[in-house]
Amino acid sequence: MKPSPFGYSRPASVDEALSTLAAHGSNAKVLAGGQSLLPILSMRLAAPHHLVDINRLTELDYVRLDASTVRVGALARHARVLADTAARVAQPLLAQALRLVAHATIRNRGTTVGSIVHADPSGEMTAVLALLGGSVRVASKSAHRDVPADEFFLGALESAVAPGELALEASFPVLGPRSGTAFVEVSRRQGDYAVCGVGALVELDGDGALSSARTAYLSVSATPLVLDVSEAGEDFAAAAALAHEQVDPEADIHATADYRRHLAGVLTERALRAAHAGAVERSAHG
Amino acid sequence: MTTKMFGEPIARVEDDRLVRGHGAYLDDLGHDALAAAFVRSPHAHAEVLDIDVTGALEVEGLLAIYTYEDLPDRLAEPLPLLIPHPSLTHGRTQYALARDVVNHVGEPIVMVVARDRYLAEDAAERIIVSYRPLPAVVGIDAARAAEHLVHPDVPGNVAANMMQRVGDVDAALRNAPHVLELDLSIERSASTPMEGRGVLARWDPESHRLRLWTSTQTSTGVRAAVAAKLGLALVDVDVITPDVGGGFGVKIMHPWPEEVLVPWSAQLLGQPVKFVEDRREHFISSAHERAQQHHVRVGFDDEGQLLGLDVRFWHDHGAYIPYGLIVPIITSTQLVGPYKPGAYRVEFDSLYTNTVIVTPYRGAGRPQGVFVMERTMDAIAAELGLDRTVVRERNFIRPDEMPYDHGLVFQDGRPLIYDSGDYPTSLEKLKKLVGWDDFAAVRDAARAEGRRVGIGLACYVEGTGVGPYEGGHVVVEPSGKVKVATGLTSQGQGHQTVFAQIVADELGVPMADIEVVTGDTRRFGYAVGTFASRAAVMSGSAIHLAARAAREKALKVAADALEADPDDLEIVDGIVRVVGVPGAEISLGTVAVLSNPLRYAFDDAAKAATQFAVGDTGKPPVPEDEEPGIEGRDYFSPMQSTFASGMHAVVVETDPDTAEIKILRYCVVHDCGLLINPRIVEGQIHGGVAQGVGGALYERMAYDEAGQLQNASFMDFLMPYVSEVPERIEIDHLETPSPLNPLGIKGAGEAGVIPGAAAFAAAIEDAEGFPITAMPISPSELFELRRLHSKGLST
Ligand SMILES: Cc1cc2nc3c(=O)[nH]c(=O)nc-3n(C[C@H](O)[C@H](O)[C@H](O)COP(=O)(O)OP(=O)(O)OC[C@H]3O[C@@H](n4cnc5c(N)ncnc54)[C@H](O)[C@@H]3O)c2cc1C
Repeated sequence: MKPSPFGYSRPASVDEALSTLAAHGSNAKVLAGGQSLLPILSMRLAAPHHLVDINRLTELDYVRLDASTVRVGALARHARVLADTAARVAQPLLAQALRLVAHATIRNRGTTVGSIVHADPSGEMTAVLALLGGSVRVASKSAHRDVPADEFFLGALESAVAPGELALEASFPVLGPRSGTAFVEVSRRQGDYAVCGVGALVELDGDGALSSARTAYLSVSATPLVLDVSEAGEDFAAAAALAHEQVDPEADIHATADYRRHLAGVLTERALRAAHAGAVERSAHG
Repeated sequence: MTTKMFGEPIARVEDDRLVRGHGAYLDDLGHDALAAAFVRSPHAHAEVLDIDVTGALEVEGLLAIYTYEDLPDRLAEPLPLLIPHPSLTHGRTQYALARDVVNHVGEPIVMVVARDRYLAEDAAERIIVSYRPLPAVVGIDAARAAEHLVHPDVPGNVAANMMQRVGDVDAALRNAPHVLELDLSIERSASTPMEGRGVLARWDPESHRLRLWTSTQTSTGVRAAVAAKLGLALVDVDVITPDVGGGFGVKIMHPWPEEVLVPWSAQLLGQPVKFVEDRREHFISSAHERAQQHHVRVGFDDEGQLLGLDVRFWHDHGAYIPYGLIVPIITSTQLVGPYKPGAYRVEFDSLYTNTVIVTPYRGAGRPQGVFVMERTMDAIAAELGLDRTVVRERNFIRPDEMPYDHGLVFQDGRPLIYDSGDYPTSLEKLKKLVGWDDFAAVRDAARAEGRRVGIGLACYVEGTGVGPYEGGHVVVEPSGKVKVATGLTSQGQGHQTVFAQIVADELGVPMADIEVVTGDTRRFGYAVGTFASRAAVMSGSAIHLAARAAREKALKVAADALEADPDDLEIVDGIVRVVGVPGAEISLGTVAVLSNPLRYAFDDAAKAATQFAVGDTGKPPVPEDEEPGIEGRDYFSPMQSTFASGMHAVVVETDPDTAEIKILRYCVVHDCGLLINPRIVEGQIHGGVAQGVGGALYERMAYDEAGQLQNASFMDFLMPYVSEVPERIEIDHLETPSPLNPLGIKGAGEAGVIPGAAAFAAAIEDAEGFPITAMPISPSELFELRRLHSKGLST
């Protein structure tokens, strides 16, 4: 459990990082919090020739907020995003999901952008980005581009970030008026990757009736699955049945496929109920 | 008088050092050492056709590569079968490096030594081993079916078949008014200590001596094995256990291949060599335990009284059987627990599979045995519509029946005779603690709210303090400080504290003046090891006897110096005093000086003992039958084990939708005889309960059909975090002294884990209303069981 030999640079600016990444091409890997990358290296499941450590890029250590977006820089740790009160108010789903990401020690090191780039189908923040329809800003030496969530996740552990590129920030739309969110999951132990998890976003119309309901799923598909269950209205059991029908999970050593599917249903109902309650409350105060 | 330390719940003296990070574990030593890494089999079963090391030779910093062909003489023989048994007719053990066949994923094939571990792994990665894969035998069903064999010369994959019986069980079952049959099984788990295995060897070519540090539960065992394998005299081998980051059984196994290969290569290379096991290696190349399937037939009367118990079981011991039949023998004998089983027959097969070997893990066969017996008790209660505690109560051995002879042979080869215990009182205490009699109302109230809660209990008896012996050495230094040594090892149990408590009471010295060393053959060369909850009973008793001898010697010397009768003396705070005569006193340190007649003074204190200062010229300076020094050495070797007992009750809530299982309460009544230190005993119980939770709800070895362990990391092997362990473990003690040792104590190290699986199964069954016959259980499995039983109901 020791990595194979690798070169290492620790650039002091984003420009320098991009030059280094360009120079090494597909032989290089970005090192952010290292919570996912280092175990992979230690088990020799990957052997990049070069690591570009972005931990000195303090210019990327931010959580920013404007009227429409919460923007999380690539060096913002999960813990920092979780603790950001303004972000929590602007988009409650961030904190609702982040408190379920791993354990405090891992959240102290691991970055939110890193977990999105890592594109683990069990990662809460991938589902959050997909559910909210956020985007990721990606840079290479020659260009910057914004990749919308539905084009960002290409497969399990595979994102649109190409060799030589650095993800600079993830953007999450703020929560609209008369809207509510929730994130619920079942994991084997507290902080573990979820056996199944569901995020929900519910919007009400001016009369307080449900106008839109969307759910996103963890651990049931290779890329984050988002469902529009608006047609079920406030019959959350019916929405759960829709989800139950549409997910197609796989079995692993922790759960049968049927159990996962069952959880997708149960958690859909729970998440929608909580998100709806949030929307009702927000409407009352808004 | 100073307060008696025995029985005081004082804080552990070792913790200050350990929690400040001042502990020194194996990998904290030997920074100058070369590093060893191993090429291990990726196949569960394969022939090794060829080993090509060419690619590795280019790795800078490489020192040596060894394969089986390099091993000399006794190192080329299979590793020892540590505990032979007449029933073990087909015992097979592994070679230190695989010879031509590998029998489990993780078996070592090539050893690489390089300047550091990174380079050693770089070289290991470039070694190409060619295999011809053979069919793998994985799991008890496959082993029993014996369609394929693990070892071609072991028919049916059966290493041993063993049977014990008392009375005529067939007749008893024939005549019983009620007979039930149950199939009960437990899956594989493992000790998984925080620190894995590790060994560091320094060979001194000038003095021709070997010094070995190893993270073991038996330094004397390792010394004997290594000396034999390397052809060295015992006196030329020192084995030292540094701080050990947990053992839980896995480190009683010895010698590991690495434990003989590392010193051998240190000898060859003339440089220190170190091997530190990593987590993946620990999962695939140390040891597991627990996997057993049992078939029970039980006969009983209308009152639930047992008439006959017939248990047939199958034990999966993995690819080799170096530790013999200890685990299944313990299951077969400890299964009967606190009960009189009526006629009893137990028979097991110990089976080879292409998986990691099995050696005792905390509890060692008892969690399985207790699961079988307690599930059987619950089944009887359900069948007769009786309260589960009533059935147990009716079958208990009564206190006035002690000592109770079961007519069976225990794991130490001696008769299974319970020395003492009070099971009815334990049950009364537990019922009170958990509120057993009121629980039906709690369950019903929860049901009415759509919640499912259930309660379960499980009882066990645990043979602790098995022989053959341990020793203790106590010496008072001229400084007045007391140095204590015993040969068995410590892995975090708190030995330094409890052994010092025992010595403090005998020698009347403050705890701070007592230092305890364990597991260092330089300090104490005769020992067995730390397992079977034996350290307090065995070494504690030996140290008590040694301290008593030192005390007698001290009083004799002090009496001479004070011109008093030894019977009139007391020792308080390190001072020997004549009772009732103020000022007539002498420090223990001075007594130590006086006890050692000197020719040469080295300091002021020593002057007092030199030849012109002391002595009756009419007697030899050291009287006949005496020795210089205030020193005691003694051994404790009891006739048999002493039997501790306990009962656990757990209340769980199962989520009706997600099938998640939540622990609401966990209650323990524990009887390990007299308590040396209640705080340490409770700590042991807490740790045991945590492992019990793991064994019941989380941990399993997920082998696939090809023999690949799919969860060889802490990411997927679900050891419970603190968040999964009950926040509060409610404990009540009962202290039934053992008549078998001078302190009246029984072992406490393993108990906490033993009834876990049984109690949880009972509680989940109570909450759900259908039988739970296999553990561990996950929410996914509970969900599938619910579906099965609801289907069963609807058809
Ligand atoms: C025990 C444990 C439990 C965990 N549980 C959870 C959980 O429940 N939910 C969850 O979501 N996560 C969990 N994680 C993962 C954790 O959230 C990680 O922190 C996260 O996945 C990766 O973030 P990081 O900053 O550590 O990235 P790293 O490990 O440094 O990198 C991960 C990958 O992303 C790439 N990368 C990272 N940042 C960038 C960037 N800015 N630009 C381009 N590429 C980049 C790296 O090259 C690498 O391939 C767990 C981790 C552990 C160790």
